[in-house]
Amino acid sequence: MSSSERRPPSVRRNRPSLKARLQNYLALHFHVLTSSLGLLGRMPLSTFMAAMVIGVALALPTMLHVSLSKVQSLGAAWQESAQISLFLRDTTSENGALALQSEVKGWSEISSVKYISAEQALEEFRQGSGLGDVIQMLDKNPLPAVLVVYPKLDQSTTLDTEVLLSKLRARPEVEQAQLDLEWVQRLHGLIDLANRAVLVFGLLLALAVLFVIGNTIRMAIQNRRDEIEVIKLIGGSNAFVRRPFLYSGVWYGLFGGLVAWLLVNVLLLLLDGPVQQLAALYGSDFALGLIGLDTTLLLLLAGPLLGLMGAWLVAGRRIRTIEPV
Amino acid sequence: MIQFTNVSKRYTNGFVALNNVSFQVERGEMVFLTGHSGAGKSTVLKMIPLLERQSEGQIVIDNKALSDIKRRYIPALRRDIGIIFQDSKLLNDRNVFDNVALPLLISGDHHPREIGRRVRAALDKVGLLEREQESTVALSGGERQRVGIARAVVNRPKVLIADEPTGNLDPALSQEIMTLFEQFQQVGVTVLIASHDLGLIGRMNKRILALDHGQLVEFQAEESL
Ligand SMILES: Nc1ncnc2c1ncn2[C@@H]1O[C@H](COP(=O)(O)OP(=O)(O)OP(=O)(O)O)[C@@H](O)[C@H]1O
Ligand SMILES: [Mg+2]
Repeated sequence: MSSSERRPPSVRRNRPSLKARLQNYLALHFHVLTSSLGLLGRMPLSTFMAAMVIGVALALPTMLHVSLSKVQSLGAAWQESAQISLFLRDTTSENGALALQSEVKGWSEISSVKYISAEQALEEFRQGSGLGDVIQMLDKNPLPAVLVVYPKLDQSTTLDTEVLLSKLRARPEVEQAQLDLEWVQRLHGLIDLANRAVLVFGLLLALAVLFVIGNTIRMAIQNRRDEIEVIKLIGGSNAFVRRPFLYSGVWYGLFGGLVAWLLVNVLLLLLDGPVQQLAALYGSDFALGLIGLDTTLLLLLAGPLLGLMGAWLVAGRRIRTIEPV
Repeated sequence: MIQFTNVSKRYTNGFVALNNVSFQVERGEMVFLTGHSGAGKSTVLKMIPLLERQSEGQIVIDNKALSDIKRRYIPALRRDIGIIFQDSKLLNDRNVFDNVALPLLISGDHHPREIGRRVRAALDKVGLLEREQESTVALSGGERQRVGIARAVVNRPKVLIADEPTGNLDPALSQEIMTLFEQFQQVGVTVLIASHDLGLIGRMNKRILALDHGQLVEFQAEESL
């Protein structure tokens, strides 16, 4: 027997304790959460359609993002293995150069070192530039001898190129050490640009998701107009009426997120074979793999969040227009 | 408990449905409201839960003037009043239990266990305890009306208002429903019922308010019969 039954009817009902109220609140929200799922189950086709549309809209930027971050990590690997040209002082003898070559080759982070003598360099330049006659007129070879240093390709040793560069620059034989980074930097520029494009694209599609969910919720509200009217007649506030629709939005978003997750993984699996074959041609073991945990979480959070927002933007306004006030 | 003082209602199309109506229903009293079709019975009842606002005059429910109630407190007012509609207004995609539980869900003050207990108590009172799992579509008119009553009383309102609650029912069922209302009155609930079934309300032996073209008139049973 509850305490409220024992009180005389003239006494205003006491509010239950905070703990009891919290329990009721959670129980009710859980009820709405599950019953809103039941609502979606009663219109499986439109739920399915909405989830698919949302899924595709979320899958597109996700796919781009995942591929880009793979390329990015590849670029980072390449940066680490970029070659370094050591231009030697003209006071350095050939023996000194060869000694330096074998010493540097012995360093753990170095894969190989190629020696190009000043004569070889001049010869290469002559052939490459077609300025043979001009060069003939020089009384002295202007080109220095060069050691080309190739750091290890192995990605497991994270190599700090800056440290390596300063280590090499410190050598007395070395006039100048230059990291050949131009193309890597260009790649990074491109990736940055692409990332930004993906962001803009993603925002646009998120907007599309908002509209899709908003529209689905709007139709759901329209279909349940009579019910909403009755609930308001017997004292349901707009917030009470709105709640199941907000949860529906969350469910749509979650389903959409799951669909996107599946779609992207299927695409990655389909592309992984060809990409690996292509990469093998260039001597790389690059592989696409599957969606990472962070992206999975992002999808499964962004979906429901967008769903909630989409529903929230539409539901309150719609419900307020249904009589009675 | 319910007090109308010089209340007039002009609908937005300019039609004056109520003209200077004053009456009072005491706490724990059961009163009938009668009159010809279009006399303004539904209009009176609709103003109590603020489904319509009065154009002039004052309405006081449970010592609160309705004109002072802000829009966002209207739902709370409606939760304190049990409303029964002629067409019962049940939700047809839910079963009997869920329909009756609705006001308790709306009020949000009850644990699910308490909700189950109260819903069964209300269904028991209207004699539908065995039918709680049934869809409301499968019910007869009288049964639907009784589910509507169970829903109206489940949150223990102090005031019950009913608009033609026996409109579609045969005499025996109508009598049964009225007896049910009387039982609620006996436990202290204030009851106001609009009905034009003069035979039925005459037998109930309660005070009767009569409306004629939007004005309260002296009730004369012989004349109306
Ligand atoms: N929303 C409205 N706008 C304009 N006029 C209305 C509105 N609602 C009711 N009326 C008019 O007000 C008058 C009283 O209506 P009301 O519904 O209160 O009558 P009633 O006594 O309940 O009649 P009945 O027995 O037929 O239900 C009627 O003439 C009706 O046409
Ligand atoms: Mg009426």
